[in-house]
Amino acid sequence: MKFAVTHCLLASLAAGTAAAQANVRIEPVHLQGPRILEQQTASAAIRDYLRAWRTLGTAMEQNRSDLLGAEFVGTAQDKLAETVDEQIKLGLSTHYQDQAHDIQIIFYSPEGLSIELIDTVKYDLQVLDGGKPIANQHTQARYHVILTPTAAQWKVRVFQGQSG
Amino acid sequence: MKPALRFMIGCLILAAPCAVLAQDDGLQFPKSIGAGDSLSIQIAGSGNATLYIVGPSEVFKRDVQRGSAAFFPQGTIHNAGHYLIILRAGDSISKGEFDVLPARTPFALSFLARPSRLPVGIHDGITGAVYIFDAYKNLSTEPTSVSFELSNPSGTTQTRVAGTHDGAAYTEMDSGPQEGKDRFVARAGDVSSTRIIRQVPGDPCGIKMTAQPSGQQIRLETDPLRDCSGNAVPDGTIVTFTETYGSAQTTVDVPLKRGIAQVSMPAHDGALISAASGVVLGNQIRWGGQ
Repeated sequence: MKFAVTHCLLASLAAGTAAAQANVRIEPVHLQGPRILEQQTASAAIRDYLRAWRTLGTAMEQNRSDLLGAEFVGTAQDKLAETVDEQIKLGLSTHYQDQAHDIQIIFYSPEGLSIELIDTVKYDLQVLDGGKPIANQHTQARYHVILTPTAAQWKVRVFQGQSG
Repeated sequence: MKPALRFMIGCLILAAPCAVLAQDDGLQFPKSIGAGDSLSIQIAGSGNATLYIVGPSEVFKRDVQRGSAAFFPQGTIHNAGHYLIILRAGDSISKGEFDVLPARTPFALSFLARPSRLPVGIHDGITGAVYIFDAYKNLSTEPTSVSFELSNPSGTTQTRVAGTHDGAAYTEMDSGPQEGKDRFVARAGDVSSTRIIRQVPGDPCGIKMTAQPSGQQIRLETDPLRDCSGNAVPDGTIVTFTETYGSAQTTVDVPLKRGIAQVSMPAHDGALISAASGVVLGNQIRWGGQ
């Protein structure tokens, strides 16, 4: 194992900064790869990832793809922006509210340019058509997330869920 | 024919992954499909309804006829993710969830290779990391074998094979003994990605210096500098000449030109002269007869 961190420290950091409503659990890091993951780096990546969920919620609810660039980049940003565009065309909006995260960092690439994590996330999804709520769903999914560093933060480059 | 049976036959014809069906309030659909696969959702009942498929990566809305199947052709739903299906008929709502899974065939590699330039002979000095994506830019999470190959112009090749875990694989390679531009190739299935790694000579293996009188000066000159693999140390590399005479010390930094360093220093009988480059120390010369 290339990394050791106390759960409490990271959990409190994450909960205190990005997802005030969400319970955040950080699993012990079990890295593949030769690069040592510093605690500060892990904390920053998780903090920025949790903030991305909040941005996702706002962007999808307000149908504002311009918000996505603050936390997402590359493929993830493109796909989410396309969804926002499609929602606008169809008269839909969606509200994603994360309730709980169970996060494990699984890969830190040797050159330090990417971090992959898996998050088993519980969230509420509300779908609105023409501004009228048509369905609410509490769901759980397992997200594969790849983050890459930018000038001042980690941004989500891959954001891909499946049944958790 | 019952809707479920019609659905199963449809799945067989379409070769869709329908082995497991999800059912919810008159909706029948596979629990998962591959990215870009067709999707058939069997809707029970009669009358008009609206069907929604909602996820962060894609969203659809269709007017549908209950009692028939809503069909999404190949390529329509292609972003991997977890989706919610909603059927709305008046005030009645039916829901279900399903997954779109990444395609198994690699289509593109994201290949991170570092560094782009390094000295020869460094153990595990080169690293490569790969993420595998399908044709729809979904991260392929199925375990996949990735081969990494580092070859230099002289024909020497190092090969490593690594399996992906959750879409990622990595390797470490040694830089070779010869300077030049190496090709670093990552390959998964029929897909490959190439990076160029420039290998440069390492530190000098040794420094041999000679001294000749030149009027009131000593003319100092090194032999051509080479690293321990025999590669010429590049011009511009600094060689530091130091002359110690009594309590006085004179130091001159000289860049290599055409592989050698030359300098003239004051000729003091009994002076001790040395040359160094980086951590490599050359021979010492005692000038004069003392």
